[in-house]
Amino acid sequence: MFPAHFDYVRPATVEEAVKLLAKHGDDAKLLTGGHSLIPAMKLRLARPQVVVDIGRIANLSYIRETGGAIAIGAMTTHADIEASKTLRDKSPLLAETASHIGDAQVRNKGTIGGSLVHADPAADYPASILALDAEIDVVGPRGKRTIKAVDFFVDLLQSAVAADEIVTEIRVPATAKTVAYVKTEQKASGFALAGAAVVIGPGGVRVGITGVAATAYRAAGVEKALAGQTSLTPDLIARASAQAAAGVDALGDIHASPEFRAHLAQVNTRRAIEKALTRA
Amino acid sequence: MPMPFHIHVTVNKADQHHDVEPRLLLVHYLRDVCGLTGTHVGCETSLCGACTVLVDGKAVKSCTMFAVQADGSSVTTIEGLATNGQLHAVQQGFWECHGLQCGFCTPGMIMTSVALLARNAAPSREQIAEGLRGNLCRCTGYSHIIDAVNHAAKAVARG
Ligand SMILES: Cc1cc2nc3c(=O)[nH]c(=O)nc-3n(C[C@H](O)[C@H](O)[C@H](O)COP(=O)(O)OP(=O)(O)OC[C@H]3O[C@@H](n4cnc5c(N)ncnc54)[C@H](O)[C@@H]3O)c2cc1C
Ligand code: FES
Ligand code: FES
Repeated sequence: MFPAHFDYVRPATVEEAVKLLAKHGDDAKLLTGGHSLIPAMKLRLARPQVVVDIGRIANLSYIRETGGAIAIGAMTTHADIEASKTLRDKSPLLAETASHIGDAQVRNKGTIGGSLVHADPAADYPASILALDAEIDVVGPRGKRTIKAVDFFVDLLQSAVAADEIVTEIRVPATAKTVAYVKTEQKASGFALAGAAVVIGPGGVRVGITGVAATAYRAAGVEKALAGQTSLTPDLIARASAQAAAGVDALGDIHASPEFRAHLAQVNTRRAIEKALTRA
Repeated sequence: MPMPFHIHVTVNKADQHHDVEPRLLLVHYLRDVCGLTGTHVGCETSLCGACTVLVDGKAVKSCTMFAVQADGSSVTTIEGLATNGQLHAVQQGFWECHGLQCGFCTPGMIMTSVALLARNAAPSREQIAEGLRGNLCRCTGYSHIIDAVNHAAKAVARG
């Protein structure tokens, strides 16, 4: 399986990369870890004429504390996020989520920026990014802007990042330890049939769901049912979790029917809330 | 035709300089350009792990990386593990514990295991199984492979 021919360019800076994207327009594609793009190019689902490799822009791979937030460079690999002590101590949900992605080799190459922009409906990070209310910085010919997690996932395989823009940083708040990500995976690839990410904080419970619909979403029904509740009893958790796929157009394919995905969303939401509470 | 791209890769400690097509996958570079056919192509779809090599010490599926991405890196393949005719501890473990039958998955299994033991010198059986989840074997049923990695970890610990 050979991808179609392409020209390869390796800019040294984000500014150079932005210029290259502006110059080549729709003919160009960014490459970081390559673990979504290269499989697509082999199948010739993607045939860029110019591949702009930004995977080596060194100063875009970092995890550091800034005020009450943790800033993560877009080119940080899943393996580095999984292993990060800063994240494990200050905001453990993303590290836990990363440990569920694919396998060790995939985690060594894939990056958080690439995963978010690819916006695979079965990717793991989107659930956690939503539950964490993360912010995503992008840079393009019109300068820099910040996208909120709730506005980021637009449609199937479509994020709010324009073709001429580059994700540079993801910021997540420092949280309590009461977080959890629970997923049912498709056995061959590891992708989520349904994954639920939960953050339980002073402001209430936030729930992000991936794998179920064309895009990951916040489970508004669950969050509402738990709002203002001081004691999260098993009964209340079960009733709230039943809303995990309410009003959602669930996907069906050879791996799982829409009904099964919706059911898994409910079960995994309940399990994630219960698991988060055990970490209090 | 696109412009060939000049790469310099250190493969098993030897310098390699070549002009390659940008679309050349690392696995084909190693096999067809460098002549190192120990790295196998199983699925070509990023799932089986037979093509696993170490790039700067990290296990990666070489069918899911372009050779141009390895420019400036140091690559270790199965051929680079033994030193002075002495098998690497993980190779020895596979030998002692019958960690293979047909052997097709073995180079990838061994390279992933080498990286696993570098991160965690004393993994549990569960951690070995999880660490090898990106490597498929159609023959052994995995049990002997886990034995082999366990054997290697213990042998290294004994020194
Ligand atoms: C076998 C296998 C199993 C997998 N299992 C899982 C799984 O269980 N869960 C999961 O979530 N994912 C899984 N993945 C996907 C994996 O996480 C990918 O690494 C990830 O989706 C893409 O990141 P990347 O860095 O490899 O991006 P690339 O493939 O390099 O790029 C992906 C897309 O994003 C664009 N892009 C990349 N970086 C940026 C940036 N900084 N700014 C703007 N655009 C950018 C590219 O142009 C391209 O369109 C799996 C992949 C494989 C091959
Ligand atoms: S050949 Fe690379 S993963 Fe199967
Ligand atoms: S020994 Fe035959 S595939 Fe593993």
